[in-house]
Amino acid sequence: MAEVKNKEARIGVFVCHCGTNIAGTINVEAVKEYARTIPNVVVADNYAYMCSTPGQNMIADAIKEHNLTGVVVAACTPRLHEPTFRNATAAGGLNPFRFEMANIRDQNSWVHMHQPEEATEKAKDAIRIAVAKASLLEDLIPKSVPVEKAAMVVGGGVGGMQAALDLANAGIKTYLVEKSPTIGGRMSQLDKTFPTLDCSQCILTPKMVDVYRNENIELLTYTEVESVEGYIGNFDVTLRKKARGVLTPAEAEARGIVGGGCTGCGDCATVCPVIKPNPFELGMAPRKAIYIYHPQVSPLIYTVDFDACVKCGLCVEACGEKKAVDLDAQDELITVKVGTAILATGYDIFPIEKKFEWGYKNYDNVITSLEFERLICASGPTGGHLVRPSDGETPKRIAFVLCAGSRDNTGVGRPYCSRFCCMYSLKHAHQIIEKIPGAVPYIFYMDIRSFGKMYEEFYYRIQNEGAKFIRGRVANITEDPVTKNLHVNAEDTLLGRPIDMEVDMVVLAAAIQPAAETERTRRLFGVSCSQDGWLLEAHPKLNPCGTTTAGVYLAGVCQGPKDIPDTVAQAEGAASAASIPIHRGEVELEPYFAQCIEEKCAGCGLCVNQCPYQALSLVEKDGRKVMQVTEAKCKGCGTCGGFCPGGAIWMQHFATPQIVAQIDAFLLGGEQ
Amino acid sequence: MADENWKPKIIAIICNWCSYAGADLAGGARIQYPPDIRAVRVMCTGRIDPLFILKAFQDGADGVLVSGCHFGDCHYLEGNYKAAKRMFLLKSVLKNIGLDDKRLRMTFVSASEGAKWGMVMSDVVKTINELGPSPLKEFAR
Ligand SMILES: Cc1cc2nc3c(=O)[nH]c(=O)nc-3n(C[C@H](O)[C@H](O)[C@H](O)COP(=O)(O)OP(=O)(O)OC[C@H]3O[C@@H](n4cnc5c(N)ncnc54)[C@H](O)[C@@H]3O)c2cc1C
Ligand code: SF4
Ligand code: SF4
Ligand code: FES
Repeated sequence: MAEVKNKEARIGVFVCHCGTNIAGTINVEAVKEYARTIPNVVVADNYAYMCSTPGQNMIADAIKEHNLTGVVVAACTPRLHEPTFRNATAAGGLNPFRFEMANIRDQNSWVHMHQPEEATEKAKDAIRIAVAKASLLEDLIPKSVPVEKAAMVVGGGVGGMQAALDLANAGIKTYLVEKSPTIGGRMSQLDKTFPTLDCSQCILTPKMVDVYRNENIELLTYTEVESVEGYIGNFDVTLRKKARGVLTPAEAEARGIVGGGCTGCGDCATVCPVIKPNPFELGMAPRKAIYIYHPQVSPLIYTVDFDACVKCGLCVEACGEKKAVDLDAQDELITVKVGTAILATGYDIFPIEKKFEWGYKNYDNVITSLEFERLICASGPTGGHLVRPSDGETPKRIAFVLCAGSRDNTGVGRPYCSRFCCMYSLKHAHQIIEKIPGAVPYIFYMDIRSFGKMYEEFYYRIQNEGAKFIRGRVANITEDPVTKNLHVNAEDTLLGRPIDMEVDMVVLAAAIQPAAETERTRRLFGVSCSQDGWLLEAHPKLNPCGTTTAGVYLAGVCQGPKDIPDTVAQAEGAASAASIPIHRGEVELEPYFAQCIEEKCAGCGLCVNQCPYQALSLVEKDGRKVMQVTEAKCKGCGTCGGFCPGGAIWMQHFATPQIVAQIDAFLLGGEQ
Repeated sequence: MADENWKPKIIAIICNWCSYAGADLAGGARIQYPPDIRAVRVMCTGRIDPLFILKAFQDGADGVLVSGCHFGDCHYLEGNYKAAKRMFLLKSVLKNIGLDDKRLRMTFVSASEGAKWGMVMSDVVKTINELGPSPLKEFAR
C-alpha cells in the first residue's frame, strides 16, 4: 500500500472530441477550461481523437513535461480504451495504473444528445470525480501467472470440432467435451448444405475422423462440465463422464480384457428388446436401449440408454468375448487443468408447437425443416423419400413457412432472425423440385435474406427452377380432417389480398434457440448472455470471439445464429485467440488484489467467509491473529473490502480512500 | 420545494461487468435518459461498503443507486448477493436516521440490458424528484 500523497498529486486531463461523437454535444473547450481549475490539475488539453497516435503522444509528452503523477482521459469507456491509455501512460514513464478514465461518451454525450448544457455539466463532474481518484492512485505491478499448455472446447458440433482441430494442430493439448455420445452436432442431421449442395455427411465425416485421430485431442463424448475453478491460465475443470455402459477397446484393455471392447458390430442392439423413439431421427425412427446415435458416429462405440434399459443382459451375452457391455457402469468425475476454454454449445430448435396456430404436433402433415432434412436424406428413416406422415403418400404441393417463430415480437416466438432458415428453405425447395416430378414448393416469406457469398445467386437459381414465392406471414393453418390436406391462410402483401391455399404438406422453418444446457454451462464459466440467451461476446464488432471472462472464448451458433461457413470462421478465430495466451506461456492478471492493513486488522475473521474464492485466512503474527490474503486465489472483487468493519482491507485500485474521494469530489465539489 | 432551481444529486455505484457494460450499451443504442446521475465504477457490487453510501448521504446526495449483475450472473459468483443483503440492512439504518429508504435503490442490469438501464435512470430520477432534496443536505460538509 502506497502512502496517500494527495497534496503532491500532479494530474493531467485530456478531453477527447471523438470527432463529433463527444464534441457535437459537449462543449469540450468549456470542459477543458473547467478542468484547469480542479485542484491538483496541472495541465488540461483537448484533442480530436485521444486514442490516435498524436493523442497518445500528447499524454506521454505531458507526463514528462509536467512531471505528472496521474493521468485522466475523458473520452469513451474504459471498457474500450483503458488499455490504450494505460499504454500511453506507461510510454510517458508513469506506472500504467496511474491512469483513470472519465466516460463522457457512452454514458454521456450519446445518452444526452439533446441536452448539451446538462451533458457539459455532467462531463465536468465526471472529470472532477476521475481527478479525485487519479490523485490517489498508486503504482501497481500486474502479476504474471504461467499458462497451462492445454485448452478445452465445450461442444463438438462443426464449430467445436474446427476449434479443437486448430488448437491441436497448433501443438496444444485439447480436451473436446461433448455431451452427446458423438461429435458432429446438428450438421450431422442435415442432408445437403447450401449454396453448393454438397452432402453434409460427406464433408463432415472426414472432419470427425480427423478429430478422432488427432493425437493432441482428447475426445470426451457423453461428458458434461460439472464445475469450473480458477482463472485464465489455470482453469480446473471437473467433468462428468456419464456412464456409457460400453467399454472402448482402450478401456477394456485397462481392465485386462485382452482384445476386448466395442468394435461397433451392433450385435448387442440386434438382441436388445427395448424399442424407443430415436432422437437423432427426431422420433421418426425406432432405436434400441443400446444404440449408436447415427451410423457415422465418432467414436464408433455403442451407448446404453440407462433410462430405457431393463437390464435383461441379452446384450452382454451377444457381445460375448469382447466383454464390452457393462450394465453396472457408473458416472465418473475427472478434473483437468486448462489454460483457456472455448464454448461451442450450438442450438436447439424452438418448440414450434407453441405457435399453436400452425398446428405442429396437431396436424400430421405439418413438419419442421429439421424433420424435412431427415426425410429427404438417403440415410434417413424413409431412405430419402419425402412422404406425408399421415398416409405415406408423396406430397406434391408443399408450403414452406419462413420466419416460423423467428422475428416474432408477440412474446411467444423469438425476436431475432434465425439467419439460416431462408437459405435452407431455398435448398429444400430445390430438393423437392429435383426429387419429386411435378412437385411445387410454395415459399411464404417476409423477405428473403440471402446475404452470403453466392447466396443471392442461389436464390435466383431456385426462382428460375420454378419455386413459387408468396410474400406474407402465415396467419393460420387448418387441416381437412378427411384428406389430412392443409389450408394455409395468409395475406399476400404484394398483391394485397388474402390467400387460402390447399397443400399436401407444410414445412415450418422453425426458429432456433440456445441449446438446453447453455445457461448452466455459461454460468460455470462466468460468461454473460444477451437478452435472448445467446452467449455474449466481449465486443460486438472488435472482439466477437472473446468474452468478458479472460481466457474464455465463443465459437459458432452459441453466440448467435449463423450458418456453417460463419461458424467455422468464428471457430478458427476463437481457436487463434485461445492459443495466444498458451503460446505466450504467461498472462498478466490485473493487480486488483486485496491487502490486509495489519495495524487496523482486529483479527475478527469476518472477512474470511465473504470471499467466494477462499483467498482469506487468519494467521498468527507477533502474538496476535491477522488476516492474510493468498494473492493467487484473490480475483479482486472487493467483497471482503466492502465488509471489514475495521476498514482493514486495502483493495488495490479500488481502495476506500479512492472511492470516498470520488464520492466527495462529486458531492462536495472537489475540495477535500 | 424552497429552491426552484434544485436539481437532484444522485450517485450510482455500479459494477464493471454488468451494469457498467449495460450503461455503455445504452450509449451505443443512443437511448436517451435524464442527465442527473453520476457513476462511480467498482469491479463488483460486493466492493460497496455501506459506509460509502452513508458518506454519500452525509455529503448531501439526494439519492444513491447501486447496480450490479443479476443473481447468478455476478462475475465473482456471489458479490451481488452480499451487496443485496447489505443494502437491505442499510435501508433500515436510513429509515432510523430519518431518510426515506427510497433514496437508496439497488437494481440488477445485465451487460445486454441497455434499454433497462435507460429505464432505471429515468425511474430513479423520477423517484428522487418526487422526494425532493435530501433533509441531510443542510448538514453537508
Ligand atoms: C434445418 C436446418 C438446415 C440447415 N442447413 C444448413 C445448410 O445447408 N448450410 C449451412 O451452412 N448451415 C445450415 N444449417 C445451420 C447449421 O446447422 C449450423 O450453422 C451449425 O450446425 C452450427 O454448428 P455449431 O457447432 O455452432 O452448433 P451445433 O451443430 O448445434 O453443435 C453444438 C454441439 O454442442 C453440444 N453441446 C451443447 N451443449 C453442450 C454442453 N453444455 N456441454 C457439452 N456439449 C454441448 C451439442 O450436443 C452439439 O454436438 C441448418 C440448420 C437447420 C436447423
Ligand atoms: S474483517 Fe477486517 S478486521 Fe476482521 S479479520 Fe478481516 S481484515 Fe481483519
Ligand atoms: S477481493 Fe474478493 S477475491 Fe479477493 S480476497 Fe477479497 S473477497 Fe476474496
Ligand atoms: S460483478 Fe456485477 S455484481 Fe458482482
